[in-house]
Amino acid sequence: MNKAEILIIDDEVQIRKLLEITLQSHNYSVTEAASAKDGIIMAANHPPDLVLLDLGLPDKDGQVVLHELRQWYTNPIIILSVQNSEEVIVKALDNGANDYLSKPFRTGELLARIRSALRSSVMEDAEPIINGEDLQIDLYSRTVKKKNELVKLTTTEYALLALFAKNEGKVLTHQYLLRAVWGPGFINQSQYLRVFIAQIRKKIEDDPNRPEYLITESGVGYRFVSKQ
Amino acid sequence: MTTFFINRISQPRQYIISIVLVLIISLVCYAFTSYIGYRVAALVLLLTVSVIAISFDILPVLVTAALSACIWDFFFIPPRFNFHVDTTEDAILLIMYFLIAMINAVLTHKIRQVEKASRKKEEKANAIKLYNTLLNSLSHELRTPIATIIGATDNLQTNNKNLTPDNRNQLVKEISKASFRLNQQVENLLNMSRLESGFVKPKKDWCDITEVIYGTVEKVEENKASHKITININHNIPLFKLDKVMLEQIIYNLLINACLYTAAGSKINISAMCYADVLQIVIEDNGKGFPEEELNHVFDKFYRLKNTKTNGTGLGLSIVKGFTEALGGRVYLQNISTGGSKFTIEIPATTASLKMEK
Repeated sequence: MNKAEILIIDDEVQIRKLLEITLQSHNYSVTEAASAKDGIIMAANHPPDLVLLDLGLPDKDGQVVLHELRQWYTNPIIILSVQNSEEVIVKALDNGANDYLSKPFRTGELLARIRSALRSSVMEDAEPIINGEDLQIDLYSRTVKKKNELVKLTTTEYALLALFAKNEGKVLTHQYLLRAVWGPGFINQSQYLRVFIAQIRKKIEDDPNRPEYLITESGVGYRFVSKQ
Repeated sequence: MTTFFINRISQPRQYIISIVLVLIISLVCYAFTSYIGYRVAALVLLLTVSVIAISFDILPVLVTAALSACIWDFFFIPPRFNFHVDTTEDAILLIMYFLIAMINAVLTHKIRQVEKASRKKEEKANAIKLYNTLLNSLSHELRTPIATIIGATDNLQTNNKNLTPDNRNQLVKEISKASFRLNQQVENLLNMSRLESGFVKPKKDWCDITEVIYGTVEKVEENKASHKITININHNIPLFKLDKVMLEQIIYNLLINACLYTAAGSKINISAMCYADVLQIVIEDNGKGFPEEELNHVFDKFYRLKNTKTNGTGLGLSIVKGFTEALGGRVYLQNISTGGSKFTIEIPATTASLKMEK
């Protein structure tokens, strides 16, 4: 199998070095750009399988870079941002970023995000069956089983859970979820989302207060992970 | 040094007040001249000018001094109702009156200037003292982890051959701990400067309090496995419209604080309830509590308990206070009679019931 190519666009030498070593040791091939201008040129000349984009570049606003890349670049883009910038993250996700990492981040987290982003871009139509440790979601037969027992879900609960299952490993913003499940008129009605997330957790989690499948991304949204 | 009330009264008012006062006193003296004689009247007027000099600016005082001299000359020194002075004695008295009044005004003015300067100096000294305290605790808090990181990496680079795998693991663990601590301090400093800049605007959205508390406790337990945190939340608690990230920071700082300042194995309990659209969160521990006389100061910026051995910048609790107030709430601290301390957060907010259509 060919090594997946990752382009790092970050102006900090230290971060680039750290990412390079981490990614190369996990069998990725790495190219680097220190500015938005170089990054866009490199991505255009030789489109990588994934872009790691720092939002705080000196020569151009990260959101603009993201927007320009998304005009033609379809592979995953993971953004790197600093802590306490949930608004910026949400905006970037709405602008077409696939995922995000807040600096400082753990290596394990970085690799998990990259794996998940690459997987979903390879399999355009996601696997119709999610096989978690004790949770199965079958999108064909529209059934959900927890510990081999059928879980009864309302229509909305199922729609929400199915959306998560199709985007396994990917962070979905509050607004995206509200628009997709309830409709564009509901993007400010986040109380629905809170209630339904709590209800779904009661049905699929061992301990709804310590969720292992439906993970909260504070200030941004939720992420579904299938623990295997 | 005693402080006089300077500059509290505007200058035009000072002129009016002092002129009116001199006129009234003159009138009273004039009525009694036959009993006290015109020389005593001069002393009474001089006293009036001195009293005015104590609290008023130099210009109104000089004007009052000149005015009272004229009044004394015109209405009191015989022959009355003209500025003529008959005897040499009276002429000398008049000149002396004028000079004493002027000297009086100038002297009080000078004393006041000296006093002002010394107060400024005192204020500056206090500011420098606070700045030094801050700098000391900050440089200690930032340098200790940096020193650990530099020392450990140096060791790994230059002394690698002599280190056992166990040594190496320990050094890496120390680097990791130090970086976490550094990150924590920077986070606190950034939050503090956000609060100081007045740029903190809560971003209110519906919050599932149960989710917030369990999530934050999990984060604390990742870093402080030494303490047992129990959670008590009424399962009927509604959704609250709040800034979730700020609420998390408030709870996180209080819990980390409780972990840092109580012995390993101490019990910490967090409970949440709702009454009349107010969210109340209580965090209790069974540690030693706070010294009574310091209870009022723990939320002050850079305040550290007098006998504390734990490291810190004294920012954690002031951020708790700042964020709670930014959310329109309040925080207070009590000692529990059976030992330990109890932090209470109360934040008024819009609520929505968790029970919804099927």
